[in-house]
Amino acid sequence: MDEQSKVSTVDVDRAPVIEPGYTFGTVTEKISAIVLTRPASNGWFVGFGIGFMLTMMLLYAIGYLFLKGIGIWGVTIPIGWGFAIINFVWWIGIGHAGTLISAILLLLRQSWRNSINRFAEAMTLFAVACAGIFPAIHVGRPWLAYWLFPYPSTMGVWPQFRSPLMWDVFAVSTYATISALFWFMGLIPDFATLRDRSNKPALRIVYGMLSMGWRGSARHWHRYETAYLLLAGLATPLVLSVHTVVSFDFAVGIVPGWHTTIFPPYFVAGAIYSGFAMVLMLAIPIRKIYGLEDFITERHLQNSAKVMLATGLIVAYGYGIEAFMGWYSGDRYDAFTIWNRLHGPYAVPYYLLLICNIFVPQVLWIRKLRASPVALFLVSGVILVGMWLERFIIVSVSLSRDFLTSSWGMYYPTRWDLMTYIGTIGMFLAAIFLFVRILPMISIFEMRTLLPEAEVKE
Amino acid sequence: MKRDPIYGMMAEFDSATALFDAARSTRQAGYSKIDAYSPFPIEGLAEEIGAPHDVPLVVLIGGIVGGLTGYLMQYWMSAVDYPLNVGGKPAHSWPAFIVITFEMTILFAGISAVFGMLALNGLPMPYHPVFNVPRFALASKDRFFLIVFSSDPKYDAAGTRVFLQGLQPRSISEVPS
Repeated sequence: MDEQSKVSTVDVDRAPVIEPGYTFGTVTEKISAIVLTRPASNGWFVGFGIGFMLTMMLLYAIGYLFLKGIGIWGVTIPIGWGFAIINFVWWIGIGHAGTLISAILLLLRQSWRNSINRFAEAMTLFAVACAGIFPAIHVGRPWLAYWLFPYPSTMGVWPQFRSPLMWDVFAVSTYATISALFWFMGLIPDFATLRDRSNKPALRIVYGMLSMGWRGSARHWHRYETAYLLLAGLATPLVLSVHTVVSFDFAVGIVPGWHTTIFPPYFVAGAIYSGFAMVLMLAIPIRKIYGLEDFITERHLQNSAKVMLATGLIVAYGYGIEAFMGWYSGDRYDAFTIWNRLHGPYAVPYYLLLICNIFVPQVLWIRKLRASPVALFLVSGVILVGMWLERFIIVSVSLSRDFLTSSWGMYYPTRWDLMTYIGTIGMFLAAIFLFVRILPMISIFEMRTLLPEAEVKE
Repeated sequence: MKRDPIYGMMAEFDSATALFDAARSTRQAGYSKIDAYSPFPIEGLAEEIGAPHDVPLVVLIGGIVGGLTGYLMQYWMSAVDYPLNVGGKPAHSWPAFIVITFEMTILFAGISAVFGMLALNGLPMPYHPVFNVPRFALASKDRFFLIVFSSDPKYDAAGTRVFLQGLQPRSISEVPS
């Protein structure tokens, strides 16, 4: 709080979290009006339409996959993982920034998070939904995907709990559940606001039911805040564990290039890196279109850019250590993997990855660019491409050439791989478009607490 | 038991500070069954009203149950019900069971936090007497309300109204139940 009172208007790094001049009433009106009174624009219908059509393409690609089997994909031995796992890791990583913003920054009392946590959590949920599709359709007989869960079957056998793939099932399903609960719990007081502000009886009933009859009693708030804080405390180790477990899928195997202890921390950093890039790619157009520059201020963009810069450097360190260990370990297969990345058939994507993830983001050191929404939007796009390439390199290079020369092979995605991948991006977009129309995209009650009048003066 | 036709007396305030001070004065005046409503959590207000600190215990129990469930499930399935030799590893290979034990701890504790909070708050409850006051719709926007329940031993319609008037509220209304 002391920090905020020292805010000067000149210093962009300390731009206010919320522009001055707002009251409890105007904050409430401004955010709830987007849902309750603002008509959907043509741009919204175009955007949602594109997302919806791509979602249909995804369903078509999955439908054809169910008919024909995963032979329609580019996966084959030796590369059995391909796009499905690349996209799974990419999406789940993107989701991580949402939990970081909502939980970890809450514990660290970073109150600027209050204006971006709601849609960052929505982003998490939709990203996890996209991620969850891939392992389920990759199992070969997707209608038997429920075999992953320990249920008493007539076969009598149980899942193999010593396998990281099994840990993944538990980590990802726990993550999806906790993220959904956290998001819903945050929405309860705002549902009550929408219930009280709406003048359409049907909406009042819907929002009233969703609000669970929230009435803002001091006793309720007290329990609510305790539970919210505890949930944040639980979500924090959870989010770190999820990408750690995802990295175990690789690191526990003996494949050269995967079998390293640096994987968990560097996967988590990469997840947050790509997640913040996605947060910015969503926040920058949304704040512009819905006139929310007073709530999602330059301060938020600056801080996100700094997080990307920091996590990007951790990722760069990870690449450095991988290369160093390839040489230092003296293991000829590890050394060959590094050589193969630099000079092998996948060298072009590897150099692109280095450019996207390490070189381009360094422009964020320049304050002017950190303050420019257009520049941040472009850099974020580059980072998302780079992080996708990183997973492509990890999966493809190591599997394509491992221990036995006779079992080498190449992986080329087919149009079905691409349709499935682009389809999930469409599904993600369609969900985001729906979200901004039917739910308050900024947490109204947490924005109220940012106003100076929210503090009791004795 | 016959229900009192009056649920309580409600006063409306303009600011968080006014509500906080009013809650403190009401407590000091000897009223014990009161509640306050605000559009956002106000620090320290719950202590003035007298709120139990019961959520953490629920979460702790949830976490312990989750952790035990996670570990014992894996132990029973892999070492008791159907021991399977995978790569010569022991049936009870406990280090491999830690990850799922951890995830189940978080899962159960998190579910206990959210549903425990709702249950202890008596939610969902779509209908409540305070909603009978039309101005109460502002409690989710920018107004602050204090209520003295009619079940309070010190409650009497006229006296409580006079007392609340002394706190200089914006308005006072009787809440029918």
